[in-house]
Amino acid sequence: MRIAVLSGKGGTGKTLVSVNLAAVAKISTYIDCDVEEPNGHLFFKPEDVQEEEISVKIPKVNNELCNGCRKCIDFCKFNALAYIKDKLIVFEEVCHSCGGCIMLCPEKALTEREKVIGKVQKGTSDQVTVYTGILNTGEASGIPIIKKLLAENKPEADKLTFIDCPPGSACIVMESIKDADYCILVAEPTLFGVHNLNMVYELVKLFNKPFGVVLNKCIEGENPAENFCIEKNIKILDQIPFDNELGILNSNAEIAVRENEKYQALFSSLLETVKKEVQHETTSYS
Amino acid sequence: MKIAIPVDEKSLDSNVCVSFGRTPYFLIYDVDTKESVFLDNSAAASTGGAGIKAAQTIVDNKANVLLTPRCGENAAEVLKSADIEIFKTTSASVKDNIDAFIDGKLPLLDEIHAGFHGHGGN
Ligand code: SF4
Ligand code: SF4
Repeated sequence: MRIAVLSGKGGTGKTLVSVNLAAVAKISTYIDCDVEEPNGHLFFKPEDVQEEEISVKIPKVNNELCNGCRKCIDFCKFNALAYIKDKLIVFEEVCHSCGGCIMLCPEKALTEREKVIGKVQKGTSDQVTVYTGILNTGEASGIPIIKKLLAENKPEADKLTFIDCPPGSACIVMESIKDADYCILVAEPTLFGVHNLNMVYELVKLFNKPFGVVLNKCIEGENPAENFCIEKNIKILDQIPFDNELGILNSNAEIAVRENEKYQALFSSLLETVKKEVQHETTSYS
Repeated sequence: MKIAIPVDEKSLDSNVCVSFGRTPYFLIYDVDTKESVFLDNSAAASTGGAGIKAAQTIVDNKANVLLTPRCGENAAEVLKSADIEIFKTTSASVKDNIDAFIDGKLPLLDEIHAGFHGHGGN
């Protein structure tokens, strides 16, 4: 059972929710797909960490063979190539490794070369298996890392798995939720929060994923995000109250459910709700 | 000597365009012959790497200097490899900037912004 946790921007509590759900489930897997800023591992402090570098293939020019026909430059949709002073230049960070230019060059002046763009780590924290994807700064796309993270986990997909997605709704998020059985959208109780929620709401609808919303940092009174859910008939899974203690645990990178019974109860009940929702979805689909 | 400038319209009375990679047109102005040529910027609509493609256009049209309000790091790298110097525009009007450049009053552009390439994040 794969459950993806999303939000329109960072800092809404996406990591709080996914880390605590994975921890309260006891035997589970947590995958940090927020490869530009993975911080789930700060909470889990995993042990026995194994690491693997991830590389992509980028073109390398042999300037002796290149005759400057520029066919490769015209072809490259990402504009990763330029021809200056009788020399082809490859902008490695812009290249998306489609391989097109290499196939196309009539002079066979381009060949493949491996370039490391980041790594994946696997470790354990109690009985939670923790996967972390890390993209080196400046790299164009973390998608190869996310593909690797999700493929690694595939054989264990029936285990309870929580995917901490990158913020936003760009293609890297789509890659992260592609194989998810259920999506949890985390939202803040402000007008701005509604805007962010709407972004991911559109995305999960587009992918036809069953989903529900967790309202975070709730205080007494009007909650625009709650109103949005009611208006759109979206299932509200839970409301996490705004409280200082949780904030402090969180900023000390402590896992709330492992420290405090109150949060243990809160996230257990959220987990049960989510499990029921997923079961409901799978039975109603079959 | 040829000057390249990103411009909003195909006219010497135009304003300098705020974006280098996404400008609709480039003006190539020849200081010696006073000739102006306007080029379409084919990079304006591209999904990524617009700065690189736009810089290639400048290089291919044999400009010696570029006057622009800002420039990304990849574009700057292309221009540097082609020995094109980048100066910072100090006012909106294209004409004023050309005059200021000829009088030696434009500063070199020294802050190069990191690109917005990639498409993750916000
Ligand atoms: S297609 Fe091949 S020969 Fe032509 S410019 Fe590119 S690398 Fe050079
Ligand atoms: S591999 Fe694809 S993206 Fe990279 S330079 Fe070649 S054509 Fe462009």
